[in-house]
Amino acid sequence: MATKFININLKVWRQKDAKAKGQMETYKLDKVSTDSSFLEMLDQLNEQLINERKEPIAFDHDCREGICGACSLYINGRAHGPDRFITTCQLHMRSFKDGETIFIEPWRSKAFPVIKDLVVDRSSFDRIQQAGGFVSVNTSGNTIDANATPINKADADRSFEAAACIGCGACVASCKNGSAMLFVGAKVSQYALLPQGKIEAHDRVLNMVRQMDEEGFGNCTNTGACEIECPKGISLENIARMNREYLTASMS
Amino acid sequence: MANSAILKSSLAKKYWMALTGLFLCLFLIGHLIGNLQLLSTEKYEAAMRFNQYALFMTSNPAVKALSYVTYLSILFHAIDGIWLTVQNRKARPIGYVKNNRSANTTWASRNMALLGSLVLIFIVSHMATFWGRMHYDANMPLYKVELSAMGQKQSFYRTTTQQFIPVDQVAPSLEEAHKTGKGKYIKNRTELYDANAQIKIAELYKDLYKITVDFFKQPTYGLLYVILYVISMAVLAFHLSHGFASSFQSMGWSHPKYSPFIDKFGLVFSIVTCLLFAIIPVYVYFVL
Repeated sequence: MATKFININLKVWRQKDAKAKGQMETYKLDKVSTDSSFLEMLDQLNEQLINERKEPIAFDHDCREGICGACSLYINGRAHGPDRFITTCQLHMRSFKDGETIFIEPWRSKAFPVIKDLVVDRSSFDRIQQAGGFVSVNTSGNTIDANATPINKADADRSFEAAACIGCGACVASCKNGSAMLFVGAKVSQYALLPQGKIEAHDRVLNMVRQMDEEGFGNCTNTGACEIECPKGISLENIARMNREYLTASMS
Repeated sequence: MANSAILKSSLAKKYWMALTGLFLCLFLIGHLIGNLQLLSTEKYEAAMRFNQYALFMTSNPAVKALSYVTYLSILFHAIDGIWLTVQNRKARPIGYVKNNRSANTTWASRNMALLGSLVLIFIVSHMATFWGRMHYDANMPLYKVELSAMGQKQSFYRTTTQQFIPVDQVAPSLEEAHKTGKGKYIKNRTELYDANAQIKIAELYKDLYKITVDFFKQPTYGLLYVILYVISMAVLAFHLSHGFASSFQSMGWSHPKYSPFIDKFGLVFSIVTCLLFAIIPVYVYFVL
């Protein structure tokens, strides 16, 4: 497809700091290459704002190749914008029409407070992870090679699929209840499926769910929005597995 | 419960929601089988079967025990649902300016609280109309049949042991029986007593059939009640179309092999069950 240039209108959430009220601002951006990524388009807008001596828009980004989970953005009413299995850095301007108005908002969740403009604080995910998303390994000279433990191929694959979660928070952002269960389900499943994770399995699921509740995430009502918006295609099966794990753990 | 509270944790609330919901699905099947008796086309057969069902539902001890589980399930499902909804609203204090929810969810799954509230309103009014009268109405009519004997029409009470007692031989109370010299009288609303020996000789049916048919065939509001009933069943169908399969997911009963079947079964179950419920008042109003 040949490179095209489009002119777009942007409605972007601007918020000075965590305490400020914030509002939607409208910008016009001309000559946007359809080959540029969504973040490159925002870079272009920021250059324009800097040239106009205005405050550039703050937004999260890091690797720009879809693996770090830093970029967020609720674009035109969907996490990471239209198209499936992509992060915002993998979204390209060819997905938009000339003259289109694009809405850009931060993730909305009590547990993800806005720090500035489109940047939110996702450290609640870190605290959930710290509550149990790990395996204890003996490092006092007795470390066992991970490959020495035989693991069923199907389990290894499903564990790997769960581990593909990059913790971007799209599941929370797109859930009508602001629930983090796809994230926690993936983190629980990733270890629950492996022999190395079995030892701490019960404490892990109880502690991670408790931390999730304390952070103020909502409750899952199985609408399935998270699975569709997840850039890594994490399956709802992981939530079911967490539900099973939690049920057995809380009864024993 | 090692580290968790059986009621408080987010997952425990989901388990209760799922278990009470699934139990209420089972209740619906039982209720439907009873209601379908109204569709019998043979003379007196529908009334007889329906009143037998009503008696069974209010007297059998096992059914009674189950009915208390049902009341508790409805209450718990509603309270838990409201609690979950309030918490979920709090989880997103500031909403999106633009939100394209239909891109990733079904309408029913997003509106379970609304659908559930409408179902609850239906249940309350439905119980006031039928359940309440069956249980507490002192003027609940007793089941009678009109039979022609030697060219003359006569009314009979039909007893639970399938005897036919002429209505004109029965007094409404013992005093009335003495005054009028009738041989039998009614005590405790459904018990038939012998006036001389003062012993119970038979048990009569409450006529829930008449209450039901009369309710939907009212000249002014009958059609409105039929329409409201059908709409309520559509609401219930939407509620179940998400709720049935959802409860399996909440309990963790998910498997790549079986889950697609559960999803389809849930959809068929919600449509077929609610359709059969809805047909009955339509039949009563337009055909009967």
